[in-house]
Amino acid sequence: MSPMARTAPVPAATDPAIIRNFCIIAHIDHGKSTLADRMLQLTGVVQQRDMKAQYLDRMDIERERGITIKSQAVRIPWEVDGTSYCLNMIDTPGHVDFTYEVSRSLAACEGAILLVDAAQGIEAQTLANLYLAMENNLTIIPVLNKIDLPAAQPEKYAAELANLIGGKPEDVLMVSGKTGVGVEELLDQIVRDLPAPQGDPNAPARAMIFDSVYDTYRGVVTYVRVIDGSLSPREKIQMMSTRATHELLEIGVSSPEPKPSKGLGVGEVGYLITGVKDVRLSKVGDTVTTFHKPATEALAGYHDAKPMVFSGLYPLDGTDYPVLRDALEKLMLNDAALVYEPETSAALGFGFRVGFLGLLHLEITRERLEREHNLDLISTAPNVEYEVTLEDKKVVHVTNPSEYPTGKIAEVREPMVAATILAPTEFVGAIMELCQTRRGILGGMDYLSEDRVEIRYRLPLAEIVFDFFDILKSKTRGYGSLDWKADGDQVADLVKVDIMLQGEQVDAFSAITHRDKSYAYGVMMTGKLRELIPRQQFEVPIQAAIGARIIARENIRAIRKDVLAKCYGGDISRKRKLLEKQKEGKKRMKMVGRVEVPQEAFIAALSSEEPVKDKSKK
Amino acid sequence: MTPSVLPLGDPAPADGVLPAQAAIGAADRKFSLYVHIPFCAVRCGYCDFNTYTATELGGGASQDAYAETAVREVEFAAQAMSASGLPKRKLSTVFFGGGTPTLLAAGDLTRILAAAVARWGLEDGAEVTTEANPDSVTRESLQQLFDGGFTRVSFGMQSAIPHVLKVLDRTHNPERVPQAVAWAREVGLRVSVDLIYGTPGESFADWETSVRTALSYEPDHISAYSLIVEEGTKLAAQIRRGQVPNIDDDDHAAKYELADRLFQEAGLSWYEVSNWSRTPQDACQHNLAYWRGDDWWGIGPGAHSHVGGVRWWNVKHPTAYANRLDKGESPAAGRETLDAQTRELERIMLVSRLSEGLAVDTLSPTARKAIAGLIAQELVDPLKVFAGTLVLTLKGRLLGDAVTRALLD
Ligand SMILES: Nc1nc2c(ncn2[C@@H]2O[C@H](COP(=O)(O)OP(=O)(O)OP(=O)(O)O)[C@@H](O)[C@H]2O)c(=O)[nH]1
Ligand SMILES: C[S@@+](CC[C@H](N)C(=O)[O-])C[C@H]1O[C@@H](n2cnc3c(N)ncnc32)[C@H](O)[C@@H]1O
Ligand code: SF4
Ligand SMILES: [Mg+2]
Repeated sequence: MSPMARTAPVPAATDPAIIRNFCIIAHIDHGKSTLADRMLQLTGVVQQRDMKAQYLDRMDIERERGITIKSQAVRIPWEVDGTSYCLNMIDTPGHVDFTYEVSRSLAACEGAILLVDAAQGIEAQTLANLYLAMENNLTIIPVLNKIDLPAAQPEKYAAELANLIGGKPEDVLMVSGKTGVGVEELLDQIVRDLPAPQGDPNAPARAMIFDSVYDTYRGVVTYVRVIDGSLSPREKIQMMSTRATHELLEIGVSSPEPKPSKGLGVGEVGYLITGVKDVRLSKVGDTVTTFHKPATEALAGYHDAKPMVFSGLYPLDGTDYPVLRDALEKLMLNDAALVYEPETSAALGFGFRVGFLGLLHLEITRERLEREHNLDLISTAPNVEYEVTLEDKKVVHVTNPSEYPTGKIAEVREPMVAATILAPTEFVGAIMELCQTRRGILGGMDYLSEDRVEIRYRLPLAEIVFDFFDILKSKTRGYGSLDWKADGDQVADLVKVDIMLQGEQVDAFSAITHRDKSYAYGVMMTGKLRELIPRQQFEVPIQAAIGARIIARENIRAIRKDVLAKCYGGDISRKRKLLEKQKEGKKRMKMVGRVEVPQEAFIAALSSEEPVKDKSKK
Repeated sequence: MTPSVLPLGDPAPADGVLPAQAAIGAADRKFSLYVHIPFCAVRCGYCDFNTYTATELGGGASQDAYAETAVREVEFAAQAMSASGLPKRKLSTVFFGGGTPTLLAAGDLTRILAAAVARWGLEDGAEVTTEANPDSVTRESLQQLFDGGFTRVSFGMQSAIPHVLKVLDRTHNPERVPQAVAWAREVGLRVSVDLIYGTPGESFADWETSVRTALSYEPDHISAYSLIVEEGTKLAAQIRRGQVPNIDDDDHAAKYELADRLFQEAGLSWYEVSNWSRTPQDACQHNLAYWRGDDWWGIGPGAHSHVGGVRWWNVKHPTAYANRLDKGESPAAGRETLDAQTRELERIMLVSRLSEGLAVDTLSPTARKAIAGLIAQELVDPLKVFAGTLVLTLKGRLLGDAVTRALLD
């Protein structure tokens, strides 16, 4: 048994030989953060009384949803055979929308713990994250977690895991993040098996920025991993991409609270505070060096996270537009993956077109904006980005259906993804059928074990990013998992479907769909609107059209009765209050031509849920 | 008639003294009395009026003692009004509503009426109405009412169709209605009948039969209401549970149009959205007082009152009501004092329902701007507008609330 380290190695004076940098990677919910909890506890950096489950999930939204959104790096001490080691542990998110967080964390490490839920086995992000780690040449330690669960099948999944990374099933560690079983052994093994960082302590300093976070009190906090040389306080640092220099106001390590230090040496992971207020000036992937002894060659950075899904965000109350603008600006300081630009909608007024990594990212961003800034928002139906080439060779990038060009179109390209689906073999047929209807092209299929198969498809992003995962889950009784990454684009037969109320086009309801699905979209949206828009004093035709061709239509019949039959002495106050309420309600109506559309109808029509059928109405 | 849900308002003082604004201009306004009788033999499934069956009520609020309690409020009202600086005015109309007023002995009703007349006096030819269920009157009781000063009776006929009456929980035999109407006529009372249309299960033909049947009794006045599904009623629960089909506004509209045509053919003209009369004098003067914004005092539990822009309402439960009066306190539960803007809103909301219409020159410039649109939508009569009043068309009557909203914008 390794005891808790008696003396923790001091930052800036730590021999790289006693440093081990690793991250915990896994499919979503396989227990990364819970395992990290045990490590924080066993190594004594978090006191028993301060401990709470998923300690490193600090954002409200992480705690409420029980998922990790941001990676967290923590310096922890651990003693093996009388030597105190310095471990840098990074807990990463598991959800596919946040894969870019994982890849950034990997670049700060020599090793990775590949954690697999012993009751679930290998899933799609297990594979995806494993491949990422291998691309970064990390040493992998395979670990089965949750072995305390009655449903755990450790032998079976140890074999599966060994088969996957090439090793013996006996070498797979068994732990329980819940009970703590096996975690000390795991820490020991990390020390024994992972390589120590290597770097030249005397070379000009080079440190890789792997995260950059805005903090109201401290300004931008930049997380770095030192490769060569060292950084010390009160030193002028330089960003190699821009050659911009900053004073170093504070340097330190997180364990897990920030602790200022005398500096950071080769192989160490810590944070820098320079007083800058904009994370873009301290960009993830950039290399930090010193002003007085600058390095000449920057480290290989990362690709920027690329937004995949776009949606319009509009304040319900138009006067909140400036609040939304400021809120987005603030959020962007913390979320480099967020991109946005102002847009206006005839129906919804002033808002922003925002690019997200996926639907979860959209959902979380929207929730944070609403909650942290007290806003009510409408988000328009999400869509992907299309590249439209006109016959005159002009190229237009369309992130909003209403920007779809009206001129003669030569070609439309849509983004594609390489998708990996893992599922028990019995569901292969159902999965292939689903992918076929989503215009997928089978790329290959491999058996990971006797009863688990990996299926690879190339699919249009637009076909998988919205409801695909839910359908996959239901078709595989919850056993299927999906991972995807961008994979170029393709020419496709796409059309823009417009929705018209009384002949007036409503931009918020337009969609770009594959021609084969345009009819279904038109029928669905006109039907939904018919249910959602209250009857007016005149008939309101609702049409779906591609160009001038109508593909679906519905009709809202004119209202014939809108009067309270009885209005006697006792009814007067009641009726007056009702009228005053209706008057208020009218303020929340958006006018589309002559048609009054309640805000709620917009929200309901743009959300994916089925509208409540009110049969009595029509 | 008092609906059972009371509004939220300001507290009302125990002495019943009204805010100063109530007295302003009172000498030029008419004054009416409403007397609420909160008892019914059975509770109809659609009804949310403040009424109680014998089994619902404990001893203290007994029907026998009710007349005395009501008389006590009459005395209280007279005192409170003079303490508020209001001039003594003769009663312009009196209306006994319910509940079922005729569930009380005719003597009880005439006693309350006599007490009121003793306090305030009655204008010459004043209308004095009571509501009645067809099966709660006899020739004798009607005679007694007439002798005691009543001039008019309004029968809750609702429908001539047994299966419709059944859905409405009405207990009376349809044959009873012509009998009751005939007796009322014989003793010298003017007669109105109430109809309800759009009851679940009522066919178009059923409704036509009800209208024709009602007309065959040759009443001086008919009220026809579309069935309103009030929250918290048995009917609302039945619809929610799917035991009874929901009502349908389009069906209501078609039935309204039919009724209006048949009434007109029979010589009755509309004077309010849901009311038709043989001659202008046959219009219910009491209800007109409500719509025209006159003053009235409402006697009884849950009854509403209005004096010069002050509205108040009594506590709902008959026991609580009786207790207040026993202690010499005002039975008011709450009140509101309307500002000029709210009074104008109410005026538009109420007078626009009447065939006499809103005088165009009394409307605000913004309201006047809306008139062109209302004409274009065929909601108001263009000829009447040129003559200076805003009067609803048939289509406009069915969309009356939309017209009001347009005028308020
Ligand atoms: N029984 C049991 N449950 C565990 C164990 N480890 C984690 N869990 C539970 O599994 C769920 C997910 O745990 P997390 O630690 O949040 O998983 P994660 O991998 O960090 O999830 P993401 O960060 O969202 O990808 C929680 O309900 C934990 O309580 C374990 O060893 N045994
Ligand atoms: C409250 S009742 C009182 C008179 C008497 N108890 C009766 O039922 O005839 C007065 C009238 O209001 C109408 N009424 C009551 N509740 C109604 C509702 N929910 N919808 C439409 N009309 C209603 C009925 O036409 C009824 O005749
Ligand atoms: S008899 Fe009249 S007041 Fe009584 S419950 Fe029926 S409708 Fe209501
Ligand atoms: Mg986590």
